[in-house]
Amino acid sequence: MSTTVEQPADFKFSAENKKKLKGIFAKYPKGREASAVMPLLDLAQRQHQGWLPRAAMDHVAELVGLAPMRVYEVATFYTMYNLAPIGENHLQVCTNLPCWLRGSDEVMGTCKKKLGIDVGETTEDGKFSLSEMECLGACVNAPMMQINDDYYEDLDEASTAALLDTLQSGGTPTPGPQNSRKGCEPEGELTSLKDSKGKADA
Amino acid sequence: MPKLTIDGIEVDVEAGLTVLQACESIGIEIPRFCYHERLTIAGNCRMCLVEMERAPKPVASCAMPVGEGMVITTNSPAVKKMRQGVMELLLINHPLDCPICDQGGECDLQDQAVGYGLDRSRFMEDKRSVKDKTFGPLIRAMMTRCIHCTRCIRFSTEIAGVPEMGATGRGEHMEVGTYIEKALTSELSGNMIDLCPVGALTSNPYAFNARPWELKKTESIDVMDAVGAAIRVDTKGPEVMRVLPRLNEDVNEEWISDKTRFACDGLKRQRLDTPYVRRDGKLEAASWDEAFAAISAKVKDMDGSKFAAIVGDMACAESMTALKDLTEALGSRNIECRQDGAKLDASCRGAYLFNSTIAGIEEADACLIIGSNPRVEAPIINARLRKRYLMGGFPAAMIGENVDLTFSCENLGAGTDTLKEIAAGKHAFSKILKKAERPMLILGQGALMRSDGAAVLAMARQIAEDNGMISDDWNGFNVLHTAAARVGGLDLGLVSGGVDSILDGCSSGAIDTVYLLGADEIDTDKLGNAFVIYQGHHGDVGAHRADVILPGAAYTEKNATYVNTEGRVQRARLAVFPIGEAREDWTIIRALSGVLGLTLPYDNLDQVRQRMLDINPVFGGDDQQTGGAWGDFGKAGSLDGGGFASPIINFHMTDPISRASETMAQCVEALLGEDKGKTGTDG
Amino acid sequence: MLKDSDRIFQNLYGLKDTSLAGAKAIGDWKDTKKLIAKGREWLVDEVKASGLRGRGGAGFGTGMKWSFMPKETGGRPVFLTINADEGEPGTCKDREIMRNEPHKLVEGALLAAAAVGACAAYVYVRGEFLREAEALQRAIDEAYDAGLIGKNSCGAGIDFDMYVHLGAGAYICGEESALIESLEGKKGQPRLKPPFPANVGLYGCPTTVNNVESIAVVPAILRRGAKWFASIGRENNTGTKLFCISGHVNNPCTVEEAMGVGMRELIETHAGGVRGGWDNLLAVIPGGSSVPMMPKALCENAIMDFDGLREHGSGLGTAAVMVMDKSTDVVKAIARLSRFYAHESCGQCTPCREGTGWMSRMMQRMVTGDMTIDEIDMLQEVTKQIEGQTICALGDAAAWPIQGLIRHFRPEIERRINDRQSSGTGRAA
Repeated sequence: MSTTVEQPADFKFSAENKKKLKGIFAKYPKGREASAVMPLLDLAQRQHQGWLPRAAMDHVAELVGLAPMRVYEVATFYTMYNLAPIGENHLQVCTNLPCWLRGSDEVMGTCKKKLGIDVGETTEDGKFSLSEMECLGACVNAPMMQINDDYYEDLDEASTAALLDTLQSGGTPTPGPQNSRKGCEPEGELTSLKDSKGKADA
Repeated sequence: MPKLTIDGIEVDVEAGLTVLQACESIGIEIPRFCYHERLTIAGNCRMCLVEMERAPKPVASCAMPVGEGMVITTNSPAVKKMRQGVMELLLINHPLDCPICDQGGECDLQDQAVGYGLDRSRFMEDKRSVKDKTFGPLIRAMMTRCIHCTRCIRFSTEIAGVPEMGATGRGEHMEVGTYIEKALTSELSGNMIDLCPVGALTSNPYAFNARPWELKKTESIDVMDAVGAAIRVDTKGPEVMRVLPRLNEDVNEEWISDKTRFACDGLKRQRLDTPYVRRDGKLEAASWDEAFAAISAKVKDMDGSKFAAIVGDMACAESMTALKDLTEALGSRNIECRQDGAKLDASCRGAYLFNSTIAGIEEADACLIIGSNPRVEAPIINARLRKRYLMGGFPAAMIGENVDLTFSCENLGAGTDTLKEIAAGKHAFSKILKKAERPMLILGQGALMRSDGAAVLAMARQIAEDNGMISDDWNGFNVLHTAAARVGGLDLGLVSGGVDSILDGCSSGAIDTVYLLGADEIDTDKLGNAFVIYQGHHGDVGAHRADVILPGAAYTEKNATYVNTEGRVQRARLAVFPIGEAREDWTIIRALSGVLGLTLPYDNLDQVRQRMLDINPVFGGDDQQTGGAWGDFGKAGSLDGGGFASPIINFHMTDPISRASETMAQCVEALLGEDKGKTGTDG
Repeated sequence: MLKDSDRIFQNLYGLKDTSLAGAKAIGDWKDTKKLIAKGREWLVDEVKASGLRGRGGAGFGTGMKWSFMPKETGGRPVFLTINADEGEPGTCKDREIMRNEPHKLVEGALLAAAAVGACAAYVYVRGEFLREAEALQRAIDEAYDAGLIGKNSCGAGIDFDMYVHLGAGAYICGEESALIESLEGKKGQPRLKPPFPANVGLYGCPTTVNNVESIAVVPAILRRGAKWFASIGRENNTGTKLFCISGHVNNPCTVEEAMGVGMRELIETHAGGVRGGWDNLLAVIPGGSSVPMMPKALCENAIMDFDGLREHGSGLGTAAVMVMDKSTDVVKAIARLSRFYAHESCGQCTPCREGTGWMSRMMQRMVTGDMTIDEIDMLQEVTKQIEGQTICALGDAAAWPIQGLIRHFRPEIERRINDRQSSGTGRAA
């Protein structure tokens, strides 16, 4: 619960983010500014090292014209709002059925072993946090995990370890399947759309 | 009128009703937890499920509008099984702590578990428990007991208009509360206790004090403000344990303010339980005979013009009648009920009533508030204004302090300058008033307590007349009083030259003896050397200055008449006997009159009430609001400028009872950060 | 097997250009203006005639849904809301449309808006699909720049705006009324029905909510004709469909196939067959986590469409085929799904809030046999206390997988309980 978290006294959007507000509000009809609450909370979280302090919720409430309580409800309902500080790399391992069937236990186990943390914990250097996720919607590329905004798919023990090594050394691994696939096509020979020429870059 | 069949009975009901309401209309009771007729429909508890022909699934009767030809079944084995199923699911995580739960004996969950609960639990897992929360001094929260019906959330959001309650988290971890630790700031928060169907929200001051079946229940009327909310006083032996609302659609619907509900512990503190006489500068306990003798010695052969009386905010009409008669018998006409100095005009009744009536607010289509903060002066009326606002099409504006009334109300300006513009028809809001079919204004005591109060009153009358507020079937001129005694006092004609002239008379020596009937909100320093008789129930400001104290009865200790701000005559009823030597107030004055050889001509309550009726026939109108005559009231004159300020600075402490209340003191402390915790009333 | 020429999603795998130029090269945005010009009634009737049933799981007729939209709205705007909150375990098809075929969605949205008289479309994309939302936004921007949408879209005389709105992690927002609540800036808690979104939807205005795939196939249906679409598959189960084949297969993939394709054919043709061969199959969950599982015996001749799977006590759902081979701890698999539903219950109504947690805990115990035989029946009863009694379908979705497990694997459950009891650590009855 947020009560145990040290909360900053104040939150304001940066000048750069302030510029984005107009574009966000423009998506919704006049008088429906409340619709912007989720994008604004997301923007606030991104500005604030990946977590959402209460002052930010209050500020967003003011901007969208909602009672703070309504914003607290939203912020605590959706799982992507982090209400406590979070590591630089948020490892979100899907363990739902399709991923579990294809080895998410190994992926999760590798993360735990290599980082020395359990689910819900952050490494002491603040570099990694580990979460267990519900289905992330990449089931034919299972097992997979999301690291911050990107999906890393078709994982196994070795590729998971390699990912963590890259991150630990300050690199950025290439998102997507970590085997030979491009996306959701079957590995090897195509069984449909066989005329698709080569694997062109998108 | 759709026709539907419920359990084989054909019934015609109004379109727009729900299936649940249709069932109730023919006496079929549908169990429910989340549904409440004054709140929006949540449909979340699922206890009210019924079968509907051709529907693939059972339907929530609370949320399903009636339709032509519907066939509803409420008494099938399947429905019973559904109810049992929902009940089991409600109970699996509900603690089995009924023996230590204050809701026991008046708990919806307990009651319905008798009907639909299983005799044993099949739940073998660990029960959920929720960290205790604090919502301030009034409400005890045990959220482990919460069944997530969201009534409290809907109440605070919809009725109170202070959206501090919510449900955070989701699934089985969803928790009802304020999220951040804070005391609730609504003046109506206590109603959530009544709405909570389980023991999640219970009364904190009442905690562990009594079980409902031990209590004697007395139907009465509240006097903590001028609204006259219907209440039930629950007592155990000689003690008032709690105050609850009663239903009165015309006045308070089913709500009461937190002061009405929680100030009752003030009835147990600082009480005057015996007469006192000042001897050698010190007040000493005395017998009734000694007290009367001391008064007699002072006034027996006094020139009547040297006697005056001031009536306080909680005086009942019976005692005011007796004091009026005694004052006149002593040869004085100097009795004044406007202890706050408001320039109320008693020449016609329409001049001082809330003429539209409280329920009538719902028919108004524009509102101008002048020098009043109804949120603290009369939270129940404020709730009605908010209700009207939520219906839509209710432009509202205020002249005075810029306060949050929980509904949209534009602040037009601070005081008389703005008032003049409105009166001249020059203000933008004048157009709105002119266009409205049933415009209303609310004139507060803050606008009338000023030295130019009579001119403000005249101008408000002119605004009402010029803007179509006065017609054959509508009177939108509303005076909002803050004192339960005031309208009764005006109806009895207790107006003289004003309280200032009495106090000036005391200072100058022109007045020699002054009788304070529960008058505590005056500047006692100005009483000079006058001999002060104080009759009342609390050792408050007036008693401290008194030379003789006559212990009277609080509103819960007497059968007494009060007239609310609308002019509605209502009776408070004796729930417990007065404390110690204290007596019902009119009998004290009657007894004193005998000692003085001026015996008043009534020996019982009926006779006093007959006398009231002789003075003013409105006292015959039990519980009814009788409209007031219109006239040429107020006194046109120049205005002093400056802003209007509400007389109530601290909602929680406005009178001897609430000032003696520990609970109210805790509220003041809890909200210290919010409103700087000023105490006392102004003026 | 479906011919490539009958496949709507020609760039499903993103192996070709996904930009507007690439989209046009595979036939998108061809004569859109002419289609719009045929009028609202024609658009609705054509989609109705195609037999297209919603691709989000419930399978309600898309044309029928559109026909419920009021013609007279009393001045209220009408909204199209596109459900891209793809989160049903096993399901990952909308993701491919958004990142590889976004123009089909944009064009489909314009045509759907023309059909229901909507002024704007909101695409509610699950928050985790940030990259997919970005791809979709790129396509929307391209379409605006090319005059395909916006003022006088395609020169067809209608104004149409399209916005992407990101969720933030809540499966329940895939329920249409919860999606609307979320889009309005609230918690995603389903609304009571009636009123239905067609009358009182987004911002209190008439709203239709359609799945991404349903919308994305509309341009092809309109261009190639309802008859063409209806000629694929069986009556009442027409057209092509994206199938996501995951779990214990050799080559998991998403593929567009004809409705009514045999389950075994689907798995063996496109996913390289069951790991270890067909005989190594234990069970299949054929339509996303919310439908009951089918043991191998039922899979042999199962036909992958709405009616075909219903015959076997399951459902097509989102056509997410999760394959489990004989190595699978089937109780653990369902226990994992139960945990998912408990985690995703919105908490609003009693049976789901209280029941999903209870079921999940019982399922955890069942994994190790830590329960009594009686409790199997009790669990079955509890699922019935939830099914059909909640505000939305999540209660049903949580109940069905457990019912499917008990129906088909009761001996396995009993074996665990008996083993544990004979080891002396079991529960007393």
